[in-house]
Amino acid sequence: MSLKLPVYMDHAATTPCDPRVVEAMLPYFTERFGNSGSRNHRFGWEAEEGVDWAREMAAKLIGSTDKEILFTSGSTESNNLAIKGAAYMYEKAPAGSKNRGHIITAIHEHKAVLDPVKRLVKEGFEATFLEPGEDGLITAEMIAKALRPDTILVTIMWANNEIGTINEIPAIGKLCHEKGVLLHTDATQWVGKMPTNVETDNIDLMSWSGHKMYGPKGVGALYVRRHRPRVRLQALQDGGGQERGFRSGTLNVAGIVGFGKACEIAMNEMAADAIRLGRLRKKLEDALTAQIDVSKINGHLEKRLPHITNISFGFVEGEGLMMAVKNIACSSGSACTSASLEPSYVLKALGVGDELAHSSLRLSLGKWTTEEQVDYAIGEITKAVKKLREMSPLYDMHKEGIDLSKVEWAHH
Amino acid sequence: MAYGPKIIDHYENPRNVGNFGSQDSMKSDKRIGVGLVGAPECGDVMQLCIKVDEQTGKIQDAKFKTFGCGSAIASSSLATEWLKGKSLDEGLAIRNSDIVQELSLPPVKIHCSVLAEDAIKAAIADYKKKNGQAVEDHDHDHAAAGR
Ligand SMILES: Cc1ncc(COP(=O)(O)O)c(C=O)c1O
Ligand code: FES
Repeated sequence: MSLKLPVYMDHAATTPCDPRVVEAMLPYFTERFGNSGSRNHRFGWEAEEGVDWAREMAAKLIGSTDKEILFTSGSTESNNLAIKGAAYMYEKAPAGSKNRGHIITAIHEHKAVLDPVKRLVKEGFEATFLEPGEDGLITAEMIAKALRPDTILVTIMWANNEIGTINEIPAIGKLCHEKGVLLHTDATQWVGKMPTNVETDNIDLMSWSGHKMYGPKGVGALYVRRHRPRVRLQALQDGGGQERGFRSGTLNVAGIVGFGKACEIAMNEMAADAIRLGRLRKKLEDALTAQIDVSKINGHLEKRLPHITNISFGFVEGEGLMMAVKNIACSSGSACTSASLEPSYVLKALGVGDELAHSSLRLSLGKWTTEEQVDYAIGEITKAVKKLREMSPLYDMHKEGIDLSKVEWAHH
Repeated sequence: MAYGPKIIDHYENPRNVGNFGSQDSMKSDKRIGVGLVGAPECGDVMQLCIKVDEQTGKIQDAKFKTFGCGSAIASSSLATEWLKGKSLDEGLAIRNSDIVQELSLPPVKIHCSVLAEDAIKAAIADYKKKNGQAVEDHDHDHAAAGR
């Protein structure tokens, strides 16, 4: 069998839809097109049945009850609803005042967490942005140090989207529950890949998204705890009162059914997928770090999702590298454009040296990644780095024993 | 980002990659001028080396090494091609806008061509300094990228 190019290794950005998901969705566009809110006829009931089934699947996947699942348009919306909705509900002082409450998050969260928190800061809330160590992890101990009497919410992602590192969610949740503070976790990269139980993992609010787990784009879920404690949120979108008033708007029935199907499939297959992808990733990392000197895997080596790797290659620049590996669809830790000459803020948070940060690749494997594709990626990346190093003045200097940090660069 | 065919050609078949020996040996050779511009933190470093024919005063050979994006690599590759056979003054007349035009660089990539112009100027200045010639001041300021 010949290899089809380009090879897709960007599953942390989005995944293809599982054909079984598409099949489950199709009837809901045509025969069962009803509005799940229509109570008086079969069309509405059929749509509602589809939504109920999907809610059951989503709940099962995370060990919650059906009533604790809200459907949204994806993780961005779930994060916004959880963070702003909780802040407005549990605020210590009304809009217009200062010190409305304290929120804890981390500097290497996704923008869909950071930006809602920053908006709340503008509106009078206070926030602590924790900095991880070199391993990229946020621990319960770090949270304990940052907690204040006026802390109302901790929002920490479960697994990081750029480096795949896994934060201590169960321990952070336990601490939050002891202190009576809510824990929200952006579990976009985690749920559907790793076993999740909101009870034993001590979670109050959790976001995840269909398109990162072989489901459709534009549909996600927010788990909202109903007992011990009962979490209340202020709705951000008002209207017809769907989703128990938390999220008005006619439900995306076909998308939700697809989401449910993706949850059902994940329940059955994620354990085996994780083992297989872990092996493939090990092969990929072992080969690349053995064949390319001055290369480094970013983030904690064990506490990591099995299918994501983020590797820095010294002395080659990220965008040039992306161009050289154009037959491998992946992402670069950097975006050197004239608008922002900034290396990845996530890698920066880990203290990865800027010149290394400029040359990192995130490769994320998925359900249909083959060993042949991995072998191809190893060959292409090795070739590309060698080619670019032949062109790199920095690699020459390195070989001549010149310390790059001592050179006087013409900064601009 | 989608690149034009000329950028891709220079990127995939870069002309004149290399240098004229180690940093030390180039430093002690009076026929050679080295321009090193940019910084690793900024994601781009360009080293442009020229070798000047002592008889004619013309640039007889030029080589580059670049750490940077595809446009930076293509800009420096093109610069070496253009420099060969030129006098120092003709070399100094090369403008980043000429490079932008030749390679059809998109607006966000203009600074890559500015870097190439700076590298040319720095290499020629280095040669002149070594040979006791006066160096005109030029503007190192990348903020002037709109030229
Ligand atoms: C950690 C994380 N949070 C949030 C999002 C946004 O998710 P969505 O595209 O479903 O809004 C992503 C995906 O880019 C992500 O990786
Ligand atoms: S060198 Fe930075 S974008 Fe070209």
